[in-house]
Amino acid sequence: MTPIGLKSPPARLPRRQRTTADLRAMQRLMAHALYQPLTPADDLAPRFRDGRAMADVAASFIKPNDRLSSLERLQIYARCYWYRVIDCVYDDSPGLRALLGEQRFSALVRAYLAKYPSRSFTLRNLCSRLPQFIRDEPRWTAPRTALAHAVARFEWAQTVAFDGEARPVLTRDDFADAPPAKLRLALQPYVTLLAFDWPVDDYVIAVKQRDALRGEASHAVDHGPRAASHRRVPWPRRGRVHVVVHRYDHRLFYKRVESAAFRVLEQLAAGRTLAQAIAAAGARAKPDRVREWFATWMELGWFCRR
Amino acid sequence: MPANRFNAFTDYGIGLGLRVPHYAHILERKPTCGWFEIISENFLVDGGRPLHVLDRILEQYRVVQHGVSLYFGSADKPDRAHLRKLKALVKRTRTPWLSDHLCWGSVDGTYTHDLLPMPYTFAAAKHTAEKIRHVRDFLEVPICVENVSSYAEFHASEMTEWEFLGEVVERADCGILLDVNNIYVSAQNHGFDPYDYLDHVPHDRVGQMHIAGHTRFEKYILDTHDHPVLDPVWKLYAHATKLCGVTATLLEWDDKIPSFDEVHAEALKANEFIAGAREAKKGGDGFPSRPEFPRAPPQPRTARRAVPTSR
Ligand SMILES: [Fe+2]
Repeated sequence: MTPIGLKSPPARLPRRQRTTADLRAMQRLMAHALYQPLTPADDLAPRFRDGRAMADVAASFIKPNDRLSSLERLQIYARCYWYRVIDCVYDDSPGLRALLGEQRFSALVRAYLAKYPSRSFTLRNLCSRLPQFIRDEPRWTAPRTALAHAVARFEWAQTVAFDGEARPVLTRDDFADAPPAKLRLALQPYVTLLAFDWPVDDYVIAVKQRDALRGEASHAVDHGPRAASHRRVPWPRRGRVHVVVHRYDHRLFYKRVESAAFRVLEQLAAGRTLAQAIAAAGARAKPDRVREWFATWMELGWFCRR
Repeated sequence: MPANRFNAFTDYGIGLGLRVPHYAHILERKPTCGWFEIISENFLVDGGRPLHVLDRILEQYRVVQHGVSLYFGSADKPDRAHLRKLKALVKRTRTPWLSDHLCWGSVDGTYTHDLLPMPYTFAAAKHTAEKIRHVRDFLEVPICVENVSSYAEFHASEMTEWEFLGEVVERADCGILLDVNNIYVSAQNHGFDPYDYLDHVPHDRVGQMHIAGHTRFEKYILDTHDHPVLDPVWKLYAHATKLCGVTATLLEWDDKIPSFDEVHAEALKANEFIAGAREAKKGGDGFPSRPEFPRAPPQPRTARRAVPTSR
């Protein structure tokens, strides 16, 4: 698999590097070697992607020394690369990891990163394309692809809620005079609306609680909580939920909303007017209920100018 | 008085890296600390808790920005969106200088998130210096480039690492963040004398120093930042301070981070050597003579998952 974005490696490097193009060729070659998945023993693959022996590729640009071959020196960097990016996905995906189990999760992460190396200067965005990858390549998560996709979306929404942009909050005064038929509100960029066929929020909370207990148990002298901490969190049972992932006072929250309220938010997020959004929710959006919903959402600071 | 024109901040003394496990302690106890070095990338976000914490730190402390992703040595052009965000952060922190590494790490817009070594060629030096100038002109802040620790050398290299560093900073007319631990690590991995390195870098361009701990493996040393500073590194630091004058110095501790007080106490050990430098300036030489560089074979250790986070 060719990593998306990275251009083909050169068949051979010039003996002397005279230009920036020569420098780029060497950097491409090394990046291809680093992005290629390690073997199960965490060694460099024996063959480079074009079929050459990896040892020959390494020797073509890296000097050996009295202790390490060219291949071994390249391998130090390859391991550092893979451990760093895998650790990052692990940290950001406790729910997905629990759902798939260590082995399948590890295989998924390696396949994902082999296809989608980071395209951002920050590791924060490393998992941004994981939900899409899960959907595009269901073999890594089958037969629970839909659930895995839901959990991955939920976990990505947490990254967005943690440090996504906050625009100036709209207050009642900002639209006191605006007629509902004209008024269009936007949701804060850090807010994500998610509808799932499983209570994914409860599942991820249970996993995090289990992991926290596990962390405590590993530090504790007596092994009291150990049995609980090693328990597998049961997979969630089907049931439609509507969750808003957001932050308040710099802390992360998941708020369940009823389906009609969710519909209103969805419509507003899609750019419909306030009147259209409420109408789309149908008879369930009774005026008192709508007033209550908006009072809460305003208080949470979810709306900003479009 | 500044020790050189790139070192206008000798009064900064000893600083610490601002790390998440210490946030609560710093915000609640407000311990004295000369300054904090932040990893710019941790705050190049659009909102939320990181910027909220940073603003509270900025109310109390001097902050200097250190980056890990400008990749001056990557053949790719600098990313404009990244630079715009960085400029906004520079305005927010009012960092007196900004540092990043003499390395590459991205190609074709893909990122390794590592600090990869450069081939020490004249073409690479010229390209790297042009990028540093470009970034400095855009950000409007003095730049110091940091030497990285490395585990590989390239056939293409045409000079030593310290010659390459000198070539780049002269062409870019920028400062140096001299990482003494990185010099030690690379010296061990590549078999050169770290004192040769120190003697040959342009001392009048050193604007900041880094000290840190490392981990020794069977056949190489990894720059892990998860230990106190080791004795040979303190000796190198003393020598570097003698050559460059008193310089703003930062202890890097990024993994297995102990309490704030413990990290701070480790960093303050540098004062001993700074006092030595001041003493030397007054006439006497407060330094031990240049020690013999140990060439004994490295001791085997095993710890496979250690990964440096920033160097
Ligand atoms: Fe450093």
